[in-house]
Order: sequence, then structure tokens, then C-alpha cells
Amino acid sequence: MRIVCPFCGERELGEFTCLGDAKPVRPAAGASADEVFDYVYLRDNVAGETSEHWYHGGGCRAWLKITRNTLTHEISSVEPAAGVGAAKVGA
Amino acid sequence: MVSLAQTHRLESGGLIDRSAPLNFSFDGKIFAGFQGDTLASALIANGVKLVGRSFKYHRPRGILTAGSEEPNALVELRSGARREPNTKATTAELYDGLEAASQNRWPSLRHDLMAVNQLFAPIFVAGFYYKTFMWPAKFWEAIYEPAIRRAAGLGRAAGVADPDHYDKAWAHCDVLIAGSGPAGLAAALAAGRIGARVILCEEDFVLGGRLLADGGTIDSMPAAEWISRTLAELAALPDVRIMTRTTLFGVYDGGTYGAIEQVNDHLPSPPQHQVRQRLWRIVAKRSIVAAGAIERPIVFTGNDTPGVMMASAMRTYVARYAAAPARRVALFTNNADGWRTVETALGAGLQIAAVVDARPDVSSEHRALATKAGFPVLNGSVVGVEGGKDGVRKIAVSLIGGARAEVEADGLAVSGGWNPAVGLTSYHRGRPKWQDDISAFVPDSAPPGMMAAGAANGAYGLGACLRQGFAAGAAAAQSAGRAGNPGTAPVGDDETFSLTPLWHVAGKGKAFVDYQHDVTASDIELAQREGFESVEHLKRYTTLGMATDQGKTSNVAGLAIMAAVSAKSIPETGTTIYRPPYVPVAIGAFAGHHRDENFHATRLTPSHHWAAEQGAVFVDTGLWKRAQWYPRSGEKDWLESVTREVKAVRGGVGFCDVSTLGKIDVHGPDAGAFLDRVYINTFSSLAVGKARYGLMLREDGMVYDDGTTSRLAEDHYFLTTTTAKAGPVMQHLEFCRQVLFPELDAQLTSVSDQWAQFSIAGPKTRDLLREIVDPAEDLSNEGFPFMGAREVALRGGIKARLFRISFSGEMAFEISVPARYGDALVRNLMLAGKQFGVTPYGTEALGVMRIEKGHVAGPELNGTTTAADLGLAKMMSTKKDFVGRVMAGREALVAADRQVVVGIKPTDKTRRLRSGAHVIPKGEIPGPDNDLGYVTSVCFSPTLDQWIGLALVERGRERIGEIVHAHDPLRGEDYDVELCNPVFYDPDGGRQRG
Repeated sequence: MRIVCPFCGERELGEFTCLGDAKPVRPAAGASADEVFDYVYLRDNVAGETSEHWYHGGGCRAWLKITRNTLTHEISSVEPAAGVGAAKVGA
Repeated sequence: MVSLAQTHRLESGGLIDRSAPLNFSFDGKIFAGFQGDTLASALIANGVKLVGRSFKYHRPRGILTAGSEEPNALVELRSGARREPNTKATTAELYDGLEAASQNRWPSLRHDLMAVNQLFAPIFVAGFYYKTFMWPAKFWEAIYEPAIRRAAGLGRAAGVADPDHYDKAWAHCDVLIAGSGPAGLAAALAAGRIGARVILCEEDFVLGGRLLADGGTIDSMPAAEWISRTLAELAALPDVRIMTRTTLFGVYDGGTYGAIEQVNDHLPSPPQHQVRQRLWRIVAKRSIVAAGAIERPIVFTGNDTPGVMMASAMRTYVARYAAAPARRVALFTNNADGWRTVETALGAGLQIAAVVDARPDVSSEHRALATKAGFPVLNGSVVGVEGGKDGVRKIAVSLIGGARAEVEADGLAVSGGWNPAVGLTSYHRGRPKWQDDISAFVPDSAPPGMMAAGAANGAYGLGACLRQGFAAGAAAAQSAGRAGNPGTAPVGDDETFSLTPLWHVAGKGKAFVDYQHDVTASDIELAQREGFESVEHLKRYTTLGMATDQGKTSNVAGLAIMAAVSAKSIPETGTTIYRPPYVPVAIGAFAGHHRDENFHATRLTPSHHWAAEQGAVFVDTGLWKRAQWYPRSGEKDWLESVTREVKAVRGGVGFCDVSTLGKIDVHGPDAGAFLDRVYINTFSSLAVGKARYGLMLREDGMVYDDGTTSRLAEDHYFLTTTTAKAGPVMQHLEFCRQVLFPELDAQLTSVSDQWAQFSIAGPKTRDLLREIVDPAEDLSNEGFPFMGAREVALRGGIKARLFRISFSGEMAFEISVPARYGDALVRNLMLAGKQFGVTPYGTEALGVMRIEKGHVAGPELNGTTTAADLGLAKMMSTKKDFVGRVMAGREALVAADRQVVVGIKPTDKTRRLRSGAHVIPKGEIPGPDNDLGYVTSVCFSPTLDQWIGLALVERGRERIGEIVHAHDPLRGEDYDVELCNPVFYDPDGGRQRG
């Protein structure tokens, strides 16, 4: 598999680590235990397009949000996960 | 025995070098061949027909094909450590001194006692394992399985380590082409002329594919001449790379392909410093499968007799290798292409006994050829073969209309049509589609960026192959972004292909579908009767297509027979899923250089070379080699060395390389706020120049990692992790910074490899440091108090970081210098510390002192413990949000009966403790219901002069003082221990503050 890192260009799968579903958002401080439980444990098992967090540990150490089809492994988008990196790329 | 006659070598012709004779041995007998032979062609040239015994029935078998689809002619190649079983004689290149042996026979190939299996054939039908060896159950492992394993099988592995080296490499290109037949070469021409970066892989050692045997006319010149002109043109193009002996075996995501290059398999052993094979990962924008087609057998009684051979293979042996598989050849065909073998055989001066053609409409040209050459054309089918291990003698034919005939021949060429090699195009779960006019499966779809051309795409004529290949090459180069001129396509004759499907000739006796796994037509019929009709069930029940050849010659015939007996069409019956690898690939090639000491990278600490000079014993911790202890002469075991090291530290001064700890610089105005979010305790309040112990949780509330973090400046923290979690913590912190808390302005830099760090511990630590550190630096208890941290100058001006932290419980500092000074620092510590009796200590002594102090480490930070379990509940801030805070409050994680860290001492002071022992209430019979926990860490404490340990025990803190039972069924040990405070040494911490 090849992933086009927005910072480093096209790189081989071995440079990356997949964390998993990028959809859940960490609840703000003061959230209920149930909300945090859902964030920590509840995941959809999608057959089709899904967004995932990947770490480019063998390259720029950026966390990326990758849209991948779990049926074909086709990657339709790669973008910085959030934060400073995103701002830099947008600039 | 020597037999150098080459009795079946034709007088002229072939792509062999008659000036380069080679000797080789087969089953100990010496033969001769020529450069350019394969083992199979050389055996044929010597009249050898019997080359192996079959898997289940030990039937005599000969050579069936001339390529990598060979199911029969498998041999053990080479000897000793290089002996490789199940090597295809049809692809093994001959070299001088080659040694090969037949497989699966005893005591010899000609007199194989295991052939008695044929008498028991009725019980060896499909599914026989499941039906026959059921009862009694315990007989399976003791009797049935060993017996079956002895009787059935393939070759023997070498049984010793592989002496050769394997390599792995990457390659990148615009257009990757599999196959060098007319389609492949035409594709390379078009893509190369356009200017694309082209890689062409060919499994054979000669380029040309079927052109090498079948010839033809291309651009008005003989095929051989066209090949050499084309290769010359390709060589002159700037970016066309041709790789022979290289098989494309797999297709992976994103245009990545696997190929295996047999770099030196054609030599007795690889030349010095060279590899035997190289595993390629090729990244290609586009790929073209021009891998050709595989001729398929017809299933009839006796079709596995040595001397029965695929028609195309027979003409390959005659035309390419000038080796005659038979003197008097019969042909059984259902298509016009089979007749080429007649033409080739006649051209080489061989006799044709008869052609048995299943088609009612043999062409007038072919009938005229028969009349001219004087052999009969029998319209019908072969129904039996007379012969045995010495080969075919007679063939029984059933003519259309019912009459029978017999033909005397010593070889039978068979052609049932051709199957496009659809493997590569189907590896992404693509299902090939049925094409009626050629009665074969052709690619329907292909992985992204791939297309098929030529025979692999169902185009069988030479002209069509050239056109398709050229068009595919041009299209691939253009869609890869190249825009040159492809020139004109090579032109060849268009041949017509006529075929009447014939898969199976019904008859008495065994008719083989899968030669390598001994699957017969009746096995398939049985599977259907027993309900295993789905092709995936058929495959697994009969093992059809599951041998090392992956059913290249057998799968489609098997499906066709299943279709016939289940009254379905072949496309309705469908194909099984195709999976890589296309050919067997040695595990060694996948491992490459990553074996033995190079299995993984090795990380050496800055003091490694010095420690090695001292004779240190090293231990692997992850990728690191760490000094475990430093034995001195006269010490009888590790315990004596470790005890000495601990005493030296507690009584004087010692040092230990702790550079393996993960080290992260955290910079930025929000660095403190960031650390507050990732640690359970607070760091924003830490004063500049101070260090603090920190504990990190996972989001699920369990402890993740611990370490000290120092504030070196208002906006600069220096964080350490455990050795094991250095990488994962960096990844976790980057996730927190980039994804969870992007609003915080902080930056992380891994500096684990940038700093050499040593712990210097013991009451004389300050004395030693004063010899090293610039005298202007104040190291007094007031000037550098416990948990102080700051940059200092060393004598000579080098800047170092000094941290007054202690893992040992003694007065201690950790000192960091740039990694390149680590070796110099350790040598200077030894010189300067001589007057104080400075003692280097290893990870064992480090571990002893941490257990004496009750510090938790890996065995306690095991992913199932909470901060409270470790006795660190008070560290957990209630005033801020941090990773894991909410989940750490879950009912089960705060339950009163959790197993918590507690100290243990044996009631018998002379008793040795061992970790892993279970803790049981005293006086009770051990069982899962009364298991209170287990011992995590133990050591011999020189300070207390007895064994001590840490354990995770249910309600452990409430039980301090209780005598419990340690139960160690693994080692058969049972003894009593007392639960105690985990801090065994200096519980009020006066020594480390002094």
C-alpha cells in the first residue's frame, strides 16, 4: 500500500501506523462517564469508506486523517489530522 | 554409473550450447547435458522417463510440462544444507555438477515399496483422512498421522540452517510487464519508445516465451531474429530494464508488486558475497500481464503414465532443447494448436504414430499433412494407456461411432486447449469470466492500473498477441504520463484457433485431474455426490489445486468435471479465489538479511564499547543491548557480581548507563499546560530548575508509562519515558498534541539518541561529580537540592544536564551529555572515581535497588494496573482534565478488592523467591477461587541479606503483616511469605535527600 503524506509525498505503508477510527471526538473536560465510554470504546465496523488516524512515524511524525475504503483499500484522501500541521499546510 | 550418451538428443537445433557440455547426477547416476538445458530437458535427452512418485498412490510419474506449471517432476535439488525439496525439474537450469534426487519413494524410484498404496486406493479417496482415521481418537496422533506423513508427501527439507544470503530490494517504474513472449516484448517496445520507465520480468532464463519453441514470422523475419533485434532496441532505450529469472508472484495495494529473482540458482552455489535470490518490491504506475497461457491436460485413464506429456511441452523439448521425449509420438488433441507438435516432431525427424483428434472437423491441411507423412488421423478419444514406469507402450482409442483402435507409441502428446494465466489479474479477488470461443476463463477485471495482453488475455494468435501487447504498452505509458511516439507495431500472422471442448474421457481406471495431489476424476464425482459441490468446498475436500503448483494444470479441468456431474455450466460452477504467490517463494527470500544477529536492528548505548572492554554481560532489552552486570575475576556467578555492585553503590559510588530511557524535549508557551493534560499530576506549577516524577494513563484509565520530567526553562521541559515505551510514548504525545489538543502551542522533539545519560549513585556521588563538574558549580545540598535539574559546565567546558533524581534510593544524580561525549564521560568517571572505588553497575543491580526501594517498573506497569494499584493514587489531580481521568474512575477500577502492589518476604529467610508464583491464603488449597494475586518482581537484597519481592495482591495494603502462601506449580514450589510495605530500604527517603 502507498500513502501520499501531505508533508513527505508518496511513501510506503511500512512507514505508517494505523490507530483506527478518526470519527470519535474526545469529549470536553466535564463530560459524563457515558460520553467518555462511547469515545473510548464504541466504533463502527464500516464496510466501505471510513476515516482513520494514521501516524507517519517513519517520516514527519504527522498524524494524518486518511479516508480509506475497507473493501478495496483505496485511499481517497489524506490530510493532516488537525492542529498546527493543518494550519501550516493551509497557509 | 556413468551414462554420457544423451541417447535422446537430436543431432542439431535447439537453444543449447553444444560446446558447453555439463555433467549432472540424478539419483546418483551421472548424465551429461548442455548449457541451456533445464534438468528436465537434460533428463529427456538421456532417455529418462520416470522422474518421481506421486503424492498419495506412489504412482510412477514423468515430466508433464516444460514450465513453472509442472505438477509431477519435482526433485530434491543439491545436497547437504543446500538441499531444496520440491524443485521443478522443468525450471531448474542445468549447471555442471548438479545433483538431483527423486522424492517420495523407498527404497528406490524404480522399486518403490510404497506403491503398495495403490492396492489400498479405494480408501485413499477424497476426504479419506476424515473418513478412515476417525476412531479411536487417540490413534490419530500416535499412529495414523505419523504413518500417513511417512507414506505421503513430497521432498525432505535440508534440516539445517540455510547457508545462503537473500536480498530484498525496491524498484520503481512507469510500466511493469510480466512475460517476454510476443505480447510482452511488443508492450516493452511501445512503452519504451514512448519514453516510459519500463521493467520487464521474465521467469525463464531466455527471453521470447512461446516464440522459443513455436517460432513464427514477425515483420517478415523469423521469430528468433525479431527477438534479437527487439532486445537490441530495448537495450538502447534509456530506461528499459529487463529482468530474467524473475517471476512476478503477487499484486498488492497501491500498484506494489512482488517479484522473486533467482539471482544465482543456476550455479552450484552463489559466488562469494552474492545472494542466492532477491525479493523485489516493484512500485509501478501501470502493469501489463503478458504471462501467456498454460496448456491444459485432458483427463483420461492412464493420463499420468510417464511419457504422456503436454503437446506444447513436447515441442518445446524438441525445438528449444533438441531433446526427444519419444521416438514415435502420438497426439491426442481437441484443438488445431495441438497439431503444431506434429509439425515440430516431423521436422525433427521423429515418427508420428497417430493423431487422435476429438474434433469431428479436422482441417483439410492437417489431413493432407497426415497423408503425406503417412500416419492415421483417428477421430475419437484416448481411453487407456498401456505402459508403466518405463513409459508409454500402447494407446487405446475409442473412435467416434464406437469402434476401438490401438496405437503403438512411446510418447503421447496431449492438448486440451489453453488456459490464460489469470492468476495475477485475479489476485484482488477478481473473478475471471468464461469465454466460449476458446472455452477458457479470461480476465474480466484487474487490480487498479493493470491490464492483460496476448494469450493471458485470451488472444492466442501471434498477430493478435503482438497487436494487443503493443497497444497495451502504448496505453500504459501514456496513462503513466508519458507522451512520446510508439512507432509502428510489429506484425505477425493471424492464426485461427479451433477447439471442441473435451475435459474428461470416461473410462475404467484412474484418470488424474490434479497430478501433484493425486486427485482423480472420480474424486470430484464423489465430492459432488457427498454435497461438496461449491468450488471452494470441492477444493478443500479433494485438495484439488492445493499443491505447490496451485493447480495451474488442473483447476479448470476439475471445475469442468464438477460442472458436468452437477449439470451446470462451467461459468455457473465458477472459479475458486486466486491468491499469491504465483510460484512458491522461499521464506529466506522474505526474510532477506533479517536473520540471526540481523533479525532486527541493534541499538548500542554510548558506553557499550567501554562496557564490552570491561567484559560486561549484555542483555537484550527491546532493540538495545544493555550491560546486565560486570563480572570480576573470581566471582562464581551473576548473583555474586550483582551483590558486589549493589553494596558498592550503597556504600560508596557507582554509575549505570541509563541512556536507553526515552527522552523528549517539550518546547513552547503551552508546554506546561500540555504536560498537565497528558500526566495525572501537574507540571505547569513545576519551578524552573526542578524535576518531578510523572505518571501517564491511557484514555481507558490504565497506567501507560512513568518517568521524570524536568523544567529547564519557562517554555522548555525535558521528559523521560521508560526504555520500552520510548517510541510509543512519543507517538502518543504527538497524537495528544496534534489531534486532541491542537489549541496548545507546544512542540515535541525526540532526543533519545542525542543524549548519553548516566545515573551516578551512592553516598560519594558528590565527591565523584566534583572531579568532573566545573568547580564553579554549586553541588551542595542547598545549591543543588533533591529534585533539582539544571545545565552545568563540566571541567573542560562541555555543557551537561544534571538532574538530582534517584531510582536507587541513594544520594544520586543523573548526568546527560551529548551522546558523542558518552564514551569519554564514562572513561573519565572511571579515572576520576578510582580514588572513591567507583563501580559500574548493570541493569540487574539497578533492578535490585529499585525493588529495595519499592519502585514500580515493567512487571508492575503491565497495562492492567491503575495508579491506585501502584500506590500512586494521591498523584492524581482532581483539579484538571487529563488523558484517562474519567475512565480511571470507573467502578471496577476503583474497587476495594483490586490487586495492589505490596512487598513480600519469605518467612524462611534463606528461601529464594521467584516471580510468577501465585499468592494464596495460608492454609488453603490453591485454586482459581482463592487466588489473591501473583509475585511480579523478586531479587536477592544484599542490603537485607535475603530475597525480597513485589507482588500484586488483592486488598494487599490491608493485608500487610499477613502470612500468605506462595504457590508456584510451574516450578513445583510452595512456601510462605509475609506481605509487607513495598519500600524495604530507607522508607523515609533520608538518604536520597542527604
